Formats: sequence, C-alpha cells, structure tokens
Amino acid sequence: MNAAINWPGVWAIFHHEMMRFFRTIWQSMASPVVSTVLYFVVFGAAIGGRIQSVEGVPYGAFIVPGLMMLTVLQQSVSNASFGIYFPKFSGTIYEYLVSPVGWLEVTAGFVGAAAAKAILIALVILATSFFFVGVHILHPFWMLAFLFLSALGFSLLGFIIGLWAKSFEQLQIVPMMVITPLVFLGGAFYSASMLPPFWEGVAKLNPVLYLISGFRWSFFGLADVPVGVSLFAVSIMVVVCFAVIRWIFATGWRLRD
Amino acid sequence: MAGIIEIDNLSKEYASGTRALSGVSLSIEQGEIVALLGPNGAGKTTLISIICGLVVPTGGTVRVGGHDIRKEWRAARRLIGLVPQEIALEPFEKVINCVRFTRGLYGAAPDEAYLEKVLRSLSLWDKRNAPTRELSGGMKRRVLIAKALSHSPKVLFLDEPTAGVDVALRREMWQVVEDLRQDGVTIILTTHYLEEAEEMADRIGVINHGQLLLMKPKDELMGEFGKKTLSIELDQPMDAIPSGLSGRGLSLSRDGRRIRYDYDTRAERTGIARLLGDLAAQGVTVRDVSTRQSSLEEVFMSLVQGDKAEDAA
Repeated sequence: MNAAINWPGVWAIFHHEMMRFFRTIWQSMASPVVSTVLYFVVFGAAIGGRIQSVEGVPYGAFIVPGLMMLTVLQQSVSNASFGIYFPKFSGTIYEYLVSPVGWLEVTAGFVGAAAAKAILIALVILATSFFFVGVHILHPFWMLAFLFLSALGFSLLGFIIGLWAKSFEQLQIVPMMVITPLVFLGGAFYSASMLPPFWEGVAKLNPVLYLISGFRWSFFGLADVPVGVSLFAVSIMVVVCFAVIRWIFATGWRLRD
Repeated sequence: MAGIIEIDNLSKEYASGTRALSGVSLSIEQGEIVALLGPNGAGKTTLISIICGLVVPTGGTVRVGGHDIRKEWRAARRLIGLVPQEIALEPFEKVINCVRFTRGLYGAAPDEAYLEKVLRSLSLWDKRNAPTRELSGGMKRRVLIAKALSHSPKVLFLDEPTAGVDVALRREMWQVVEDLRQDGVTIILTTHYLEEAEEMADRIGVINHGQLLLMKPKDELMGEFGKKTLSIELDQPMDAIPSGLSGRGLSLSRDGRRIRYDYDTRAERTGIARLLGDLAAQGVTVRDVSTRQSSLEEVFMSLVQGDKAEDAA
C-alpha cells in the first residue's frame, strides 16, 4: 500500500505551483523576454557586427541555444527553490509532511512544475529569437530532450537549494554566485574552442559547458564536447540530485525533527 | 475492540538529549473528544506531532484505524486531519483553493459538494473566493479546520485551537467542535485553557514532563480530585466565627453574612451535617446554603504541583 504513488497528490502540488505561475504570467514572461531582446541587441547586433560567424554559424543565431540554456537554468533553479522554500517560510510545509505523499510525489510535483515553467519560458525565448535571427534546428527531438533533461536536472538542484535554505538570502546566493557564472563561463556566448588551450581545459571542468554544448549541437550540429558525454553528464546530475533529495526526506534534514 | 488510536509505550528523545515523551500509552475510542492538558513543554505537541508524522518517535508504536503510522503511513495519514497551533496559510491563495489543495494532497477525488458543506458549516462559504490574507484571525483558524476536514478524516487533531483568540471566537470554536462531535469525528485537542477541556472533552489527559500523568473521563476526574465549597448564608450577620466552631477551617465573609466551608468530596465524611447541627446548637440561623465544585484549573494545578513535589523529593 505504501508503494502506490499518490497521483492526485502529485497533481495537487503541480497544479498549485502552476497556478501561482499563471497568476503572474505577464511578469513571469516579460522579464526573460526583455532580457533576451537586450542580449540580442548587445551581443547579436553590437558584438555580432564584429564576429561574423562562429564555425560557420552567424553569431546572432549561435547564441540562441546559450540564451535559452541560461534562462532554463536560472528559471529552473529559482522556480524550484522558491517553490519549496515558500511553504517552509510560511509554515505550510507541515501539510506536505503530514499528508500521504512521499518524497517522490513531493519532488515530482514541485520539480515537475518548476521544469515545466522553465521549458515554457525557453520556448517563448526561442520564438522571440525568430524575430531577430534565422534559426534552424537540426535535431528537434534532441533539442527537446536536452531542454527537458537540463530543466529537470537544475530544477532538482533548485529543489535541494530550497530545502537547504534557511533564509531568502541563502535562496538567492547559489543562483547568483554559482549558476550565473557557470552559464557565462560555460560557453553561452562563445565556443570553448575559441579559448586558449589552457582555458579550454579549465572550461571543460564546468558541467554547464556540457549542457550548452549538447544543446547547441541539437541546433547546429556543432559541439565542444561529444554529445554522448553531454547526455551522460546531465543524466548523472539528475541521478545524483534524486539521491540527495531522497536522503533529505529519509533523514528529515531541515524538514522534521 | 481496539480504539481508533492505539498508542503503546511511545517515547521521543531529541538529538539535543531532551526527553520529550517517556513511555506514553493510550487508547482513544472512535467518536471521543479527548483533551490533553499540560504546561508549556510538557510534551503535548510532541505527542500530536508524532501521531501525525511531523516528528519521528524514538520508541513505541502508534496505530491509527489499525494502521501502524510508520509501516502503513499512507493509510494511517488518510484518516487524520491536523489543525496546527500556528496559523500557516498561503497569503495570496483563495480559501476554496486552499481547501481543494489539501483534499488533493490526501489523494481524495475532487468533491465540490462536500467542500461546500465543510465551508458552509464553518461559515466560510461567503469568503471562499477571498485570499486568506484578507481574513480575520478567527476566520484563518477556521480555514485551517476546513483544510483539515477537506478529506473527511476520521480523527481530527486540534493543537491549541483557541490560543490567542478572544472569548467570542473561543466560544465559536467550541461550537464548531460540538458540531463535529455530532458528526462522529474523533477529536484530540491540546489546550492551556482548562475551561476549554472542561467544556468540550469526554476524557481529559494530563501530561507533564513527557509523561501521561492520568487519562480519565472528565466527570470522574472532577469528582475524584475536585473539592467543593459550601457557602452558608446567615440570617443575621456576625462579627466572628463562634469559638465553638473554630478549628474547622471556616471563614467569614467581610460583611459577616456568609460562612465558607471547603470540603473534600473524596473524604469519608464531608462534615456538612455536623457543621449545620453545630450551627443550630450555637443559635445561628441559616437562611440558605449552596455548594460550588472546584474548577478543573484547581484540579490540574494540584496534579502538576504534586508531580513537581515528587521531582523535588
């Protein structure tokens, strides 16, 4: 009986989180879209005027996968971390702990909603980019697969951050100090092969590079690292995050006494 | 027949070394209203929190509706509704959505008619589309009750349901509990207000230092531990208690018109008949007599103080 998944419970959490998103749909959408337009203006138009193309791809189009990935990672982490932190802050977390939902259902509800929101915004950004540059997607299935896996992996990471955080400051610090720098240094706006050999080696220690590389490959067939390695990296991230979340719920760390 | 809740030798020791519960055993019947009394830090909330799944026990077992709360936690939790001590609600969410959400969490299929009934019974139907932040304190507490009832639980836990609410709201809450009793819901409540336990409960348990000192039907408890006061109204005021009646603990009111006599209902002889006889012999004319049962507060204090005295010994 304990093994059966409480699907209405998962749906209740997912629906509740999505409703909060749709209540503020315009704010949720406007911010990433405006940022993207600015990136296109600054990087695509200003810098793109000097860099004609990267490995045969016009620079404006080259940055589209990086911009989408930047948004997916930021949105996944912030949505999932806020989603679970807010009940802790308001005290309503007790409901999740006393109701017949296990760690998997709670995680599925929150992380599923966070990933869904991030993917939705990324697709809006992709649609926005069509107004600025011509983007052709070489492998649409793999594009969606990378998008899904990246959103899932970073939503799981955000969920862990939300479980760990004891204050709004802590909630902000990881995305600000870790995620954003990793994305910028992960080749969102350039190819790692453009770096000197030493820094190219350093860049390859950055896990985000593998995501962006794989994602860019699905668009243009160009990759800094083999696609299989990218898929492996993001899959490992998903597995590790699930294991950490399971441990948190099993021990009750920062959740229950 | 086993009770709806069976607690056996339950204990909890926190990582800090604090022993919050020691060897608590208790059986609660379906449809009962049980009040748990105790001073701050006595272990009341820990007990409720363990049964509901918020706190992991160090030892002992709890079964709800025959389901072990750890091995068959899903089945056990489906039978339980919890109204926490602190008001915790999502401020921007509408009342109806809060209640729907909780019902969903418990795995129950949507049932708008039932939720309407719950909200109407708690006088919240008119406020169903209001965000919870716009509600008064009493209404927020009723929303918490509505949420706890949203999946038709068999057992409802009310942790300090009237803490910090005014007298009118407290009476309103008592009425809510009374209505739930009519519906056959088993209710376990913790309270600081002894009057509340006296008003609502069928059985009263007293917890102190993590131990269940007693659990008795309210009337039995009152009778066993209660003292009564006999108030004798005199025909003519007197200046002092007649010397022939000294040594019985009598006291005279300031206006000299009433004599007060405290007696123990458990004593073999209450001494009332003898006192009245002696008054007549002293030529004192009695106009009226009345008795008053001591409140549960006095009963409770005598128990807890007795517990303290044992600690000191």
